[in-house]
Amino acid sequence: MSTTVVLITGALTGIGRAAALAFARDGHPIVAAGRHEEAGRELVTELRTLGTEAEFVRADVRHEDEVENLVDRTVARFGRLDAAVNCAGTEGTPGPLTKQTADTYAATFDTNVLGTLLSMKHELRIMLAQGSGSIVNVSSTYGHTGAPGASIYAASKHAVEGLTKSAALEAASSGVRVNIVAPGPIETAMLNRFTGTDERKAGLAASVPLKRTGRPEEIAQIIMFLTSDKASFITGASYLVDGGKTAQ
Amino acid sequence: MSRLGNKVALVTGGSRGIGAAIAKRLASDGASVVITYAKDSGAAAEVVKAIERGGGRAVAIRADAADAEAVKGAVAETVAIFGRLDVLVNNAGTAIPKTFEETTRDEMDRMIDINVRGTLAATQAALKYMQRGGRIIMIGSAVGERVATPGLVAYSATKGAVKMFSQGLSREVGSRGITVNNVQPGPIDTDLNPAAGEWAVPQKAATALDRYGHVDEVAALVAFVAGPDSSYITGANLTVDGGMNA
Repeated sequence: MSTTVVLITGALTGIGRAAALAFARDGHPIVAAGRHEEAGRELVTELRTLGTEAEFVRADVRHEDEVENLVDRTVARFGRLDAAVNCAGTEGTPGPLTKQTADTYAATFDTNVLGTLLSMKHELRIMLAQGSGSIVNVSSTYGHTGAPGASIYAASKHAVEGLTKSAALEAASSGVRVNIVAPGPIETAMLNRFTGTDERKAGLAASVPLKRTGRPEEIAQIIMFLTSDKASFITGASYLVDGGKTAQ
Repeated sequence: MSRLGNKVALVTGGSRGIGAAIAKRLASDGASVVITYAKDSGAAAEVVKAIERGGGRAVAIRADAADAEAVKGAVAETVAIFGRLDVLVNNAGTAIPKTFEETTRDEMDRMIDINVRGTLAATQAALKYMQRGGRIIMIGSAVGERVATPGLVAYSATKGAVKMFSQGLSREVGSRGITVNNVQPGPIDTDLNPAAGEWAVPQKAATALDRYGHVDEVAALVAFVAGPDSSYITGANLTVDGGMNA
C-alpha cells in the first residue's frame, strides 16, 4: 500500500484511537486530533513507536478556527491530506425525549453534526484543490434506525448520514470520495457509558446476531479499506459494521 | 500467511466479468478457488489457467446457476476436491434489460431462477459444510435498494430479494460465527452491462463519479469481506456504485 497522509479527529479514545494505531502499523503519517494535550502526547509517542511519523494537534471540532488550524497544520507538516477520518463524537445525554432540552440537543449536535460539517469543510478545501482524497465519517447504526433513550444521538447520526452523502455528490467530480462507517455496539468507553451496567451491556450483546460486541480494531479495518484506493468506486455509501444488528 | 491462506472459496458464475475478477483476487489472497460456469468452458479454463500461472489453485465446475441440483452438486464437489468450504460468493446472475411490459414470462423466470433460486440453493448447500469463520457473500446490486433508471424492473426485484435473503440469513447463522453480506455493485463494465452499451448512458449519468466501475473494484471489496478484517460485518449491504445511491 502506498503511503497516505491521514488526519483523524477524536483520535484519543475508542474507534479513533484504534484507527490511528492501525494506520500507524501500516506506516502512514498521521495527524491525531483531540481535546486533551496529555493524552495526545502519549498517543503520538505510541504511534511513533510503531514506526510512523505522527503529530498531535489539539482541536475541538465544535470551533471552526481550531478545525481550520488542524487542517492547515496537517498540510504544513506533511504537504498534503489524503485521508480524513472524522471520529469525534459524543453520546450526549441519553434519556427519554421528554427530558431533553435545547442545551442537551445543542451539546450533541455541536459535536456530532457541526463538528463533522466543519471537519469536512476544511478537509475538502485541501482535497478538492489536490483533486484527490478520501473521507470517512463515523456514524452509527443509530444513523439508520431509531433508538429509545437516545433520540438526540440518533437524530445527530441521521444528520451525519445526510451530510456525508451530500458531500460525496458535491466532491465526486473532483476525484474525492466520502463515505460512512456505521458501527454497532463496539467495546469503547462510550458504549460503557451508554449501557451503564454489565448486565445491560450483556443484554445488548445477546441481541446481536454474532452474539458479541465488536472491537474497535474491527471498525479500524473497514475505515482503512474505504480510505484506500481499493475502494475507488465506493462513494456516498454507508457501511454498517454491527454484527448484524440492523439486518433484523 | 496470506489473508486467505488455507481457505477454500466457491465463486458461482466465475468464468467472466465480476466473477472472474473475484476468483482471481481471492486466489491471489491465498484461497483455493472453485468457479462454476454455465456454458463457456473455454473462458472458465482461462480463469483457472490465469490463477495457476500466479501460483494459485483453482478448479472449474460446470453448473448452470438456474439448475438448483447442479449448484448443489458443485458445492459438494468443492468439498470433495479441497476438503472444506469457507467462502461462498453467490455471483452468478443475469439481467435482461428491457421495459417491464416488454419482458416475457420466460425472461422473468430466467432472472428469478439464476439470481434468486440459484443463490438460495447454493447457500443452503454450502451451510452444510461451513464452519465458524465462514463467509456467505451475495453479489446483489445497487438497484436492489434504489432504482435510478428504467429497464431493470424485474432484475431489481430479484436483487431486492437477494438483499432481504442476506439480511434474514445473517440472523440465523450469526451464532455459528458465519457472516452473511450483500455486496451491491452499481454499473460495472462487463459483457452483461458494457460501458459502451445502449443502456450505459443513463447509468453512467446516475453515478456521482460519472463513470462505470471496473470489475477489480468489486473484487477488492469482496476480498475484504471474505477476509479476517471484516469479522464484525454481517447482514450488511455494502454498496460499490460510484455514488449512484448516495
